Amino acid sequence: MPPALPTPSAAGEAGRDQHVLTFAAVNKTFPAMPRPISALTDISITVRAGEVTGLIGPDGAGKTTLMRLAAGLLIPDSGHITVLGMDVVQNQQTVQASIGYMPQRFGLYEDLTVQENLDLYADLQGAPVAERPAHYEELLRMTGLGPFLDRLAGRLSGGMKQKLGLACTLVRPPRLLLLDEPTVGVDPVSRRELWAIVYRLTQEQGMSVLLSTAYLDEAERCHQVLLLNEGRLLGSGPPGSFSRPLSGRTFVLTVPAGERRRVLETVSGQTGITDAIIARQGVRVVTETPEMPPLAQLFPSLPAVGVEAVPPSLEDGFVALLHEDKARPRQTKTLQVASAGGALPPGGGDGPVIAVHDVQRRFGDFYAVKGVSFEVRRGEVFGLLGANGAGKSTTFRMLCGLLPASAGDLRVAGVDLRQASATARARIGYMSQKFSLYGNLSVRQNLDFFSSAYNLAGNHRRQRLDWALETFDLAPLAETISGGLPLGYKQRLALACALMHEPDILFLDEPTSGVDPLARREFWHHINMLAAQQVTVLVTTHFMEEAEYCDRLAIMAEGSLLALGTPEEIKNRARSADRPDPDMEDAFIHLITVREQEVAA
Amino acid sequence: MNERATAGRMGSAMRLRGLMRKEFLQIIRDPSSVAIAFLLPVVLLFLFGYGVSLDAEHVPLALVVEQPSADTATLTGAFHGSRYFAPVHFSTMQEAEAALMANQVQAIVRLRGDFARELRSPAGAPIQVIVNGVDANNGRLISGYVEGVWSGWLQEWATQQGMTSLFPVEVEQRVWFNAELRSRNFLVPGLIAVIMTLIGALLTALVMAREWERGTMESLLVTPVAMREVLLGKLVPYFLLGMGGMSLSVAMAVWLFAVPLRGSLFVLFAAAALFLLVALGMGLLISILTKDQFVAGQVAIVVTFLPAFILSGFIFDVGSMPFPVQVITHLIPARYFVAILQSVFLAGNIWSVLWPNALALAVMAFFFLGMSRRKTRKSLE
Amino acid sequence: MWKRIAALVRKEFLALLKDKKSRLVLIVPPFLQLLVFGYAATYDLKNVPYAVYNEDRGAASRQLLAGFSGSPNFSLKATVDHDGQIAPLIEGKKVLLVLHIGPQFSRDLALGNTASLQAVVDGRDSNTAMILLNYVRQIVFSFNRQQMVAQGRASLPARLVTRAWFNPNLESRWFIVPGIVGLLTLVVTLLVTALSVAREREQGTFDQLLVTPLTPFEILMGKTLPGFCIGSLEATLVTLVAVFWFKVPLLGSLLTLYVGILLFLLSAIGVGLMISSLAVTQQQGLLGAFLFLVPAIILSGFSTPIANMPPLVQQITLLNPMRYFLVILRGVFLEGTPFALLIPQFWPLAVIGIANMLAAAWLFRHRMY
Repeated sequence: MPPALPTPSAAGEAGRDQHVLTFAAVNKTFPAMPRPISALTDISITVRAGEVTGLIGPDGAGKTTLMRLAAGLLIPDSGHITVLGMDVVQNQQTVQASIGYMPQRFGLYEDLTVQENLDLYADLQGAPVAERPAHYEELLRMTGLGPFLDRLAGRLSGGMKQKLGLACTLVRPPRLLLLDEPTVGVDPVSRRELWAIVYRLTQEQGMSVLLSTAYLDEAERCHQVLLLNEGRLLGSGPPGSFSRPLSGRTFVLTVPAGERRRVLETVSGQTGITDAIIARQGVRVVTETPEMPPLAQLFPSLPAVGVEAVPPSLEDGFVALLHEDKARPRQTKTLQVASAGGALPPGGGDGPVIAVHDVQRRFGDFYAVKGVSFEVRRGEVFGLLGANGAGKSTTFRMLCGLLPASAGDLRVAGVDLRQASATARARIGYMSQKFSLYGNLSVRQNLDFFSSAYNLAGNHRRQRLDWALETFDLAPLAETISGGLPLGYKQRLALACALMHEPDILFLDEPTSGVDPLARREFWHHINMLAAQQVTVLVTTHFMEEAEYCDRLAIMAEGSLLALGTPEEIKNRARSADRPDPDMEDAFIHLITVREQEVAA
Repeated sequence: MNERATAGRMGSAMRLRGLMRKEFLQIIRDPSSVAIAFLLPVVLLFLFGYGVSLDAEHVPLALVVEQPSADTATLTGAFHGSRYFAPVHFSTMQEAEAALMANQVQAIVRLRGDFARELRSPAGAPIQVIVNGVDANNGRLISGYVEGVWSGWLQEWATQQGMTSLFPVEVEQRVWFNAELRSRNFLVPGLIAVIMTLIGALLTALVMAREWERGTMESLLVTPVAMREVLLGKLVPYFLLGMGGMSLSVAMAVWLFAVPLRGSLFVLFAAAALFLLVALGMGLLISILTKDQFVAGQVAIVVTFLPAFILSGFIFDVGSMPFPVQVITHLIPARYFVAILQSVFLAGNIWSVLWPNALALAVMAFFFLGMSRRKTRKSLE
Repeated sequence: MWKRIAALVRKEFLALLKDKKSRLVLIVPPFLQLLVFGYAATYDLKNVPYAVYNEDRGAASRQLLAGFSGSPNFSLKATVDHDGQIAPLIEGKKVLLVLHIGPQFSRDLALGNTASLQAVVDGRDSNTAMILLNYVRQIVFSFNRQQMVAQGRASLPARLVTRAWFNPNLESRWFIVPGIVGLLTLVVTLLVTALSVAREREQGTFDQLLVTPLTPFEILMGKTLPGFCIGSLEATLVTLVAVFWFKVPLLGSLLTLYVGILLFLLSAIGVGLMISSLAVTQQQGLLGAFLFLVPAIILSGFSTPIANMPPLVQQITLLNPMRYFLVILRGVFLEGTPFALLIPQFWPLAVIGIANMLAAAWLFRHRMY
């Protein structure tokens, strides 16, 4: 048996009822112009010893502030925070010596090697020198970093960096471990490995873990969940307690693949329906009452669909709570993009709108993209899936003409956009990863500028401006400086700017990263509308479940295509006896494993 | 209790060692700090050492001799013999004035047609001198050089004529420390002060802000490390790097620019160490207050370079500035270091200059480092 | 096309003026530099501290010394009565000058011999020492004339009648302030243009621009025109301050001045855009601007004459647009130089400007992605 990690003394003996972290009526505001921002309002929570507690909520909900308060990095305006029986504000140093905290962007020194990073944090944490070799060995075995000790931290993959960050926090085993979004930007395989480590720490060593995440499927694995929204606690309890109120209200409409979007658009926003999304087998709906409404009567236009009751998920509970919380106006407006008649590309026919043939991209001696080929047809929603660093953004940038390909051939509407004339570029719309707009210009000024850049003038331009403000509910915010908008609104504005000139091809880079589930639903609703009008959409994402919205998709890893096809086809490849109904993440992990075996062979 | 204190000290030593080792590894791997510490002084010293000079030589001078005679020949000969002038002869005043307008000559000396006759008349002969006054300093230097040539020639002429004691009073000048008035001798030591200000502040301003930007500060803060240790862990490596840059500058000053070093090397480096503490402290404070590499770099350049250049007495005499500006110069650390450097290089260990300036530097070092310590709280607010 | 460029220019201005940081860059450094250079950068000496060591008891020595105590350039700080006191005063920088009059002074003077005044000067700052000695000589010179008149001696066989053209009182400020017009125009234009593309790159909006139908030429124009506007505005403002606040004469024609400004802006914007297209981050842009600015200012003749530099360095300055612009500025301000005489400055400036813009356009096209 390998030497075990030294057991943190107190937590091991204490039972599960003991609280390792308590917030009592904590408030926290940040000074800002024109008025202070309230980050946390009246938060009272407890984290129990020896458990994994999940902190979930959309971006900007206050998750990171809560973590930093617990770590003693911020001081609460009012209320008390107790960690391991000590007041954090008064015993900052002692608390910090007995907890481990891994910030969202763990501060690895990228120009130091794995070993040097470990040594630094061991020195800083005061880990006894004599115990280090045995302890290092255990950590390296657990994280699988053993072979990379002399590699610079900056040259590790995203997943390995996270694992090294975790190892650095664990060089002296803490009694309470705080992890702030440890799985963001990490591929599914590394995500599973990280979770395995977290479970081992709690089960074998009795460590208590508070972990924040934006992935709701992860929160499902926690013992306890704290749900945060806009700085307030919406609920807390075991994951089941969130979905239980919805039991009997969740159904899946089994719809053939081609009809899903239409069914979704018909169903969503109707009375009686709380939530509808495209899911594994068809369209998943949450109803307002425990009976499934008679669909055929309500929506006579629907094709014949099967209805199947399914158990509610945490996401269902979360969305339902968010709906109750903000009573946000439902997005039901129709998105008319292509002007009457629709501008069809010259020589269009049924040929592919986007054609990528054996494209490579080299940076120095590093191949970011190696030999990728695929085609996208008119009116298709095509997804590029992969973890950070898989090469999907590079492929995307090459398609948009922002980056020359080292080899191969790319055509968008029959031309290479790098050499394309201005008129060819006028036919595409582009929305970048960070919703890049001019942050110090107002919403209207941004729309104004992009409409001029796309040659809109006179009456037509005024119409489009009004259209954008109205369709995306931006009219009340027209004079607001766009840099200060909430992320969801920035996303809308970016989409509006990309659609001003009625493009027939739309490029979207990570359009849903960082926005809450409601904004994501709204966004896909827009995309569905566009697809219905024969706009071709190419979208990149690292959310596996969003793949279900695409007609076809390409999964990328380490610069090459792992799989290409419809979501069904891809999932089928992972189907096996012990996994009769795999989801996209299973499929992804399966594909990676197969590939690794091939490489090893 | 005692045991805990000892353990605490040992823990502190271990943390400090870890931080410093990390910093040295980063310096070695990231060449930009090394470039700032060693390349920047070399480039700047070259640029300023050769680019900035107040010694005018071979000034193009128009000589207009309207009627040549033996007397005018000796006078023009005196101009030709001077290393300050490169005389050009013009036959008419119009031509000479046109040359002055076109910037081909810097001054005109005109000997009128009846120069020889007037020279022997009781009223004496006027010699008309026109100097281009656009560059006032240069203009003044040129007219001084003309005066020098003139008085030398006059004295000689008078002796030949059998006259004695032409001038009632003569100035006998004794220039101490820099007898040949070589401007490089005073510019180069001042330049070292300017460069060290820039390096010291820029180095720390950038590295501290980098920790904030890359998120490594947050990871440091949650460890049991004390802020004092974080600051010290930054100061020591960059102090050594800065002293390296200083040694390089001194070596260049002495061997390349042939500036005499009359004081002791020890005193020079002691003062440099003190000054470096001030500069590093300034950089630390800037980066603590801004927490952003871009802003920190900009602020460091604006608050260190320009004042050190203009207000330190490096080129412009502080005593001649308007009173409010003089008051401000007292807040510029480079001012004290310039005074020390110019004295140690050119005059020697003049304690009456060294002590007050060193004291001022010590106070400033104490202030900046103390403020840095006070302003870094162990939190993200 | 012009509509799109106009939209770009409008956006550029909005972005510049609405951003607090860039507004600061446009306002604070110019203001500080104007203040500092206008008031602090002067080679004129005032209140030079000096000490007197007078071993002579006659009236003549007192009369000579009165010339010093009456001058605004000098201020008496100490009186010395033996040799040993001189060194500490000078070494400790208490005084810059010690005037030593020997015991024979009045007697020599009365006998018609040449009496001597010893001036001990601190040479650590050689420029100050040189100017100081000039002042001393002037005072002694006027004392000499009085003496000769008083003794009924003939005046000197030859005397200098010196006039300084263009700046009769040889005021340093007249020299420095027109230079600031050039300096600030360069600094501000460079900062505006050098950081603009890098900022868009950092914010990701540059990609957004590239996928629109805008051509590289239009984007380049959209970055160039605001530089021209802000640069000429800055130049105009500083010119106004120079003329109305610092009272520097502006003798030449405004047309000549603005031809110079526009040609110079061409070079400055060219350099700025070159830096801009090379820099990926604003930090690099700033560093690039700084790396260009320092040598451009030092090797321009802004503070010390180019003629004093070693010949090789003088050759290098021929590539520096600032060098030509400063000649134009000082010519137009102080000398009233007509257009024709400045053509030797205009054409190299135009050549450098066009070359810079072409290089910037080339880099812009090739580094866009």
